[in-house]
Amino acid sequence: MKEDPGFYDYWPYQGRPKIRWPNGARVAFWVAPNIEFYELNPPKNPHRAAWPQPNPALPGYSIRDYGNRVGHVRQMKVLDKYGIRGSISLSTALCAHHPEIIELCKERNWEFFSHGIYNTRYTYGMDEAQERAMIRDSIETIHRATGQKCAGYLAPALSHSELTLDLFAEVGTELFGDEAGFYTCDLFHDDQPTPIHLRSGKRFVSIPYSLEMNDTIAYVVNKIEPRRYGQQIRDCFDRLYAEGAESGTVMCIPTHNYQVSCPHRLKAFEEALEYITGHSDVWVTTGREIARHYLDHCYETAVADIAAKQAGAAA
Amino acid sequence: MSLGPEHLEYPFRRYGMDHDRYAWSMLSERKPVQWPGGARLAVWVNVGLQFYPLNQQGKPFKVPGGMTMPYPDLRHYSLRDYGNRVGIYRFFKAFDRYGVKPSYAVSTRLAERQPYLMAQLKERGNEILCHGYHQDALHYGGQDAAEEAALVNRAVEGLAQITGRRIRGWLSPARNESANTPDLLKAAGIDWFCDWVNDDMPYHFRTAGGPLIAMPLSTEIEDYFVIGQNLHSEASWVEQVCDACDLLLAEAAGQGGRILALSIHPWLLGQPHRIGKLEQALEYVMGQPGVWSASASEIADAWQAQQQG
Repeated sequence: MKEDPGFYDYWPYQGRPKIRWPNGARVAFWVAPNIEFYELNPPKNPHRAAWPQPNPALPGYSIRDYGNRVGHVRQMKVLDKYGIRGSISLSTALCAHHPEIIELCKERNWEFFSHGIYNTRYTYGMDEAQERAMIRDSIETIHRATGQKCAGYLAPALSHSELTLDLFAEVGTELFGDEAGFYTCDLFHDDQPTPIHLRSGKRFVSIPYSLEMNDTIAYVVNKIEPRRYGQQIRDCFDRLYAEGAESGTVMCIPTHNYQVSCPHRLKAFEEALEYITGHSDVWVTTGREIARHYLDHCYETAVADIAAKQAGAAA
Repeated sequence: MSLGPEHLEYPFRRYGMDHDRYAWSMLSERKPVQWPGGARLAVWVNVGLQFYPLNQQGKPFKVPGGMTMPYPDLRHYSLRDYGNRVGIYRFFKAFDRYGVKPSYAVSTRLAERQPYLMAQLKERGNEILCHGYHQDALHYGGQDAAEEAALVNRAVEGLAQITGRRIRGWLSPARNESANTPDLLKAAGIDWFCDWVNDDMPYHFRTAGGPLIAMPLSTEIEDYFVIGQNLHSEASWVEQVCDACDLLLAEAAGQGGRILALSIHPWLLGQPHRIGKLEQALEYVMGQPGVWSASASEIADAWQAQQQG
């Protein structure tokens, strides 16, 4: 085990090279619906139990099923209303279980990125070959079901190994060269994209995904009221929008169709989206497009600045 | 270090669900349902009348809302009892004032112990569903099948005898089940149950003895979940109920009848400082045009009559 994962260097949030988003936008805004499948009775991972009760753990299982049966379409209509294309964090087994959902997202040209096979299969305990196989399966499944070359990764249930980001980037390259495997949502250290160190040296970035704005963190972990969640989203946006006048920022709202789409919660979310998209100079986009833009226009400058700051600090 | 090969094998990675209990379907794709009288929103107010025994066994877990202190946990025992002595009579007045037709989910052990309350319920004539034998009589994975069958029968038959009516509905204590529970419920003559929280509308749930109707009783907006566990204010609970009502009414305009199901408890909302908030919520909901307050079985029957097969 390491003291520090080693993916990025300390890089202060002041004096960085200016990020210029397309059309002079201040904030790159994206919504990442997690479309997940949880198994009722998965193999028991020795490091983490999928459910608190013995099989059938229906409270947890059935509310997540609610998201796919009821919540997905409800949220999708709200995103349609505000012209937002979702960037889907996908349990890729869902392509087999619920292809209807995949079709609805394809029709809207939403992005699909990998969130593993099932959200009840954890990376913990996998050896390198196993994790590589799981990641490869997920990228191939997305390509087969949607034609997309998977650009991003969020590890299933945020379960990682030390090699997760390396393996994702490497498998992406093996399958599709530079068109796949170039960003991660697994790190929460910044409000702007960050170049990531990989053993392969591949150009790869972390895109801010935000646990703080995540509906499941808000509702299940922090247990806050729907209106307070809506207010937090607006406050977060206000600050990133203001700071974005100096250098472009990223705001993500990660959602779950079994949380945000409940009848007593959707209104607060909808009002927050109306607020955000009512501003000019907001780039309403996807994770892939943010990563692509950053790699094409900001990456080298950032790497040079980070190196200069590291050297300056060491001097 | 590595995991066994089963961790990368996916025997149920197939179309539909990873089990055979019900068919996969999206709510938005189903045939719209019409409620009687052209109503858009059926309102199902489900009142938990629960008995939490002082000598709780906690097998296989301590029921949420039950005893937490060393025996005798008088604080939790008596505070739950408060609902059945005091809070419920505040509920009755509120239901009468706003024209609500509630359904009562009753622990059979409570019915055995409190004939006065049962006589009141009988006189009021609303639906009574079985909420298990008592709150500590849990159904759970790994439970002996014969033991669970006896528990289901004791609960259902006991409540039928006391009420003089066939019991059609079931809500498990803590909404917990074993893999056998739905089959046992069907065998005991139950028509519908409401443990699974995976839909906003009824659907058919397969059992060995034919289908049960799974009724949608949301946990997420339950008084105990919102106020008792998430510690939201009473005012926020009212706001959430009103928001849910608005959304479901709007959705019903384009997609057919919807159900607002409120699971509430007299030991919680029946407190003097909270009863006014229940009244506020009921006043709002019952004041909306197109609302149909009905028993759970009436809603289930109206839905069933529009299904094929």
